[in-house]
Amino acid sequence: MLRQLFSFNGGVKPDPNKGASTREPIARLPLPPQLIIPLHQHIGGTPRPLVKAGDRVLHGQRIGAADGNVSSAVHAPTSGTVVAVEPRLMPHASGLSAMAVVIEPDGLDLRVEREPFDWHAATPGEVRDHLRDAGVVGLGGAVFPSHLKLSAGKAGSTDTLVINGAECEPFITCDDMLMRSEPLDILRGAQVMKTLLAAKQVLVGIEDNKPEAAAALKAAAAELGDPALDIVVVPTRYPAGGAKQLIRVLTGIEVPHGQRSTDYGVQCFNVATALAVWNALERGEPLTRRIVTVAGNVERPRNFDVAIGTPIGFVFEHAGLKPDTDKLIMGGPMMGVPLPGVEAPVVKATNCLLASSPALFPPPEPEMPCIRCGECARACPADLQPFELYWHSRSRNFGRAQEYHLFDCIECGCCAYVCPSHIPLVDYYRYAKSEIWARERDKDAADSARERFEFRNWRAEREKEEKAARLAARSAAKPVAKTAEVADTATSPADAQAATPAVTDPKKALIEAAMARARAQKEAAAAKNTDALTPDQQAQVDAAEARRKRAADLVAEKQAATAGETATVSPDAPAPSPAEPGDGAR
Amino acid sequence: MISALLVMLGLALALGAALGAASVLFRTQGDPLVDKIDAILPQTQCGQCGYPGCKPYATAIAGGEADINQCPPGGDEGVRKLADLLGREYKPLNAEHGVEKPKAVAVIDEATCIGCTLCIQACPVDAIVGAAKQMHTIVADLCTGCELCVAPCPADCIAMVPVADTVDTWKWRYPVFELKPVTHAPAKEAA
Amino acid sequence: MYNSPYLRQNTSVRRVMGTVMVAMLPAITVQVWLFGPALIAQLAIASLTALACEAVMLGLRGRPVAPALTDLSALVTAWLIAVCLPPLLPWWATVLGTSFALIIGKHLYGGLGQNPFNPAMLAYALLIVSFPALMSQWPGLQSADAATQFGWVFGGERVVDGMTGATPLDALRTGLLTGGDVGAVMQSPAFGHVAGAGWEWVALAWAAGGLLLLALRIITWHIPVAFIGAMALVSAIGWLIDPTQFASPAFHLLAGGTLMGAFFIATDPVSGATTPRGKLVFAAGIALIAWLIRAFGAYPDGIAFAVLLMNICVPLIDMKTQPPVFGHKKGDAP
Repeated sequence: MLRQLFSFNGGVKPDPNKGASTREPIARLPLPPQLIIPLHQHIGGTPRPLVKAGDRVLHGQRIGAADGNVSSAVHAPTSGTVVAVEPRLMPHASGLSAMAVVIEPDGLDLRVEREPFDWHAATPGEVRDHLRDAGVVGLGGAVFPSHLKLSAGKAGSTDTLVINGAECEPFITCDDMLMRSEPLDILRGAQVMKTLLAAKQVLVGIEDNKPEAAAALKAAAAELGDPALDIVVVPTRYPAGGAKQLIRVLTGIEVPHGQRSTDYGVQCFNVATALAVWNALERGEPLTRRIVTVAGNVERPRNFDVAIGTPIGFVFEHAGLKPDTDKLIMGGPMMGVPLPGVEAPVVKATNCLLASSPALFPPPEPEMPCIRCGECARACPADLQPFELYWHSRSRNFGRAQEYHLFDCIECGCCAYVCPSHIPLVDYYRYAKSEIWARERDKDAADSARERFEFRNWRAEREKEEKAARLAARSAAKPVAKTAEVADTATSPADAQAATPAVTDPKKALIEAAMARARAQKEAAAAKNTDALTPDQQAQVDAAEARRKRAADLVAEKQAATAGETATVSPDAPAPSPAEPGDGAR
Repeated sequence: MISALLVMLGLALALGAALGAASVLFRTQGDPLVDKIDAILPQTQCGQCGYPGCKPYATAIAGGEADINQCPPGGDEGVRKLADLLGREYKPLNAEHGVEKPKAVAVIDEATCIGCTLCIQACPVDAIVGAAKQMHTIVADLCTGCELCVAPCPADCIAMVPVADTVDTWKWRYPVFELKPVTHAPAKEAA
Repeated sequence: MYNSPYLRQNTSVRRVMGTVMVAMLPAITVQVWLFGPALIAQLAIASLTALACEAVMLGLRGRPVAPALTDLSALVTAWLIAVCLPPLLPWWATVLGTSFALIIGKHLYGGLGQNPFNPAMLAYALLIVSFPALMSQWPGLQSADAATQFGWVFGGERVVDGMTGATPLDALRTGLLTGGDVGAVMQSPAFGHVAGAGWEWVALAWAAGGLLLLALRIITWHIPVAFIGAMALVSAIGWLIDPTQFASPAFHLLAGGTLMGAFFIATDPVSGATTPRGKLVFAAGIALIAWLIRAFGAYPDGIAFAVLLMNICVPLIDMKTQPPVFGHKKGDAP
């Protein structure tokens, strides 16, 4: 049966360059001397570390627990010793560091007990929790926690499950090789997802430049004998592997930006994610390894089965980095991010490590003015007007850029690929997007500050009124009123400052006494400090601890004097409104 | 001649009446200008402008009492936005009110804190938790960096710590637009 | 430091502009063949003027001169000006028009990519408003040898009679104004088969170059199709109402600058509409205005004014014809 295929507008056809890394099968990369496992490897909350320096960990042990539901766990890929939990360089364009668990493997590779999960018996919610705790996230590059995508949408059930094996970006072949080597388990994983989503059909989309992978999956599908499985070969055109584009090609459905595709009766997962789901449920194996294509300017381009956390430099050593390499890229040549250093680790999002040389990816020619030729609009798979986005982003006119649907841009790079003026268009969109996000964060913070400030003023006003009422009541009884007291209440920061010097004398004395004690403790600690040669901060901590020991009697000593003056301020304040993720702009 | 004058006079009267009627009919309630200005202000509530908070400053700007360049936390961009909104000329930040600084949050040195609650009373946004004789701490997410808690602290235990970029808040830089020609000549010779 | 995409198509502004110049060659060859080599002199004058203006203006604006000078955009403008002008126009007029186009029309608006008006049409409009007599003197077919033609361009005395004649559009308008009807005016041998002896071949050569641009994806089908379609439609309506006062659609399509305008002038991306539907509106608008000017206006051909008038409407057209974004189609709220 020939399935009717649809098409998306735009797209480009760069040279696939997939031959070199598919000549040899996937090789298992040995463990490096040190694994650096970032806690935050996915979209959503940063996991809490469950281990500390000095701990022993086992292969498959959870070292980071999901923070809330929009998060995912992290696991140790082998047994060994945690040497540090500290910020380390991330494989991120910013070149910044983030918290990571550093593990020194002991070479024994002792595993935690592997318990297959009886997902048939479990409720969908339990399955999702299990997948979250197994650290299963989208392995196509977006690393969105998979368990969040495995619930039926508004429509109640999902009609179609799309398994993405298109792998449209040049050089990347990790999905191709995985489909060739593990076709059965990929499809079994897809069947699990189908069950969870109550989907009627499973469409596996593969670009027509991967006949071996398609043949392997077709054979596996025949073996499984599931009529709902359909392996569909789609025309090769970048970015056919974009989730939205592949859904469009296979089903004709267009999922708008910011909407959940399940609401349109379709859901999409990468082939490697399907395998990870199968491994997590049926084998009890959390996600600790992934296939990484190493290609570009290397001696032996190949796909490696890499433990997550392996430093990128270690991976390149095994592929033989050529000497004229000028930069390293994580991902493909169209959407990859520049790597800040070889010490950054392989993460769940690392589908490809690409070495660049001036000959392979020549630096762009100087940027020329935009001539509005419209090539970018013709190439845009999201039907945007990229040059308009460029004009508005460049002039920092972010409101207009959003009106032109900046956030529908998937940053595929087609526009910059075809631009005759060599404008780094995507850089402008990334810039505009991150500026807009920053402004939204600022605005949220400002709104919250305004709300809290107004509440505080209102409370001050209320207290003043209450005090006045009390005084009025008292003065009604006792005609001699002490009206001066009313002015004592601070109503605003300026007043508060003004009021500070006017604090009553006993209060001042109290503060003096407390400070004198703090000074005495500090001096005592400092004296100890010179002998022990501990840093200043340590001394302060000691002082604090010493002080806290005596806190009880201090409180007892002065309790009577301060009763009534205690300012219990904060509990009254309104709870900070939780930052709402995923509003229109995101 | 007379008729022309009469026509013009009639027109002037008619249009004047229409304008007058419109100003009565379409009068806007409240003062949205203050809210618009307030929306631009950073809500630091620091009082550096000379007013006790952002809203009072916004009211003063709207009333023509304050200038638009008195808000250091809003920075240059804030002044530009205000100038844009009010149709006034942009002017650099008035140094009398302070200089633009990178965003910082207050941090209490917990070893030195004596639990006096003075900072709690000073904080305009209730971002400090604690009670008398108890150690105080600042909720970093709520702190606007106004520095109002620094001065009242008798123990000098509050420090302003600049907020560093993280992977999540890092921003892509503005792409460089090359104005000067790139000299390719040396590269060619080398190659 | 640069970011993804690291792959880029082998393309450049220079390549685009160069292709446009190549696509102009058939029409230039035919025009030279039919009307004499004076056009070559005009091309040279306009090119040199354009390059000089571009260099001076870039220097004054403090921009890098070399990359902008070699992007060929100034030469395309120069060539478009040269082919529009009567080949025997004195050199100073060409220099004036070209420098106006480059300095006022292009650089004062911010240079390449920023000009709201088509610079070549600005030059044409300036010259036809300033020197209507000079602008109506076209050489007859194979009317003079090279030396005489060059002599006319570069000074010397201008003996207009006999050597030059009106363009078919001009002749038609004069004929109609002096009480003739279309049929009678068309009897004159100067009108050739359809739209003036020789002119039909020039028009077809422009179409050939235009098809090349289409094939190489430099332009899209929208503007030529809408332009030609709208011109055919409105002229057919006029012709059906009164064939004695309005020329046939075939005449309007092949006469004057219709085909050149459809493929080379209206397709200027900088000053034209950019959305697919916008391009249709833009080109149809030009055709309609051009026909109105031809039929009722004071100038024989109206392409230049039509283009300039529609250039003004481009921002509005673009804004109102934004194509639906992926996933936002058919009534979905954006």
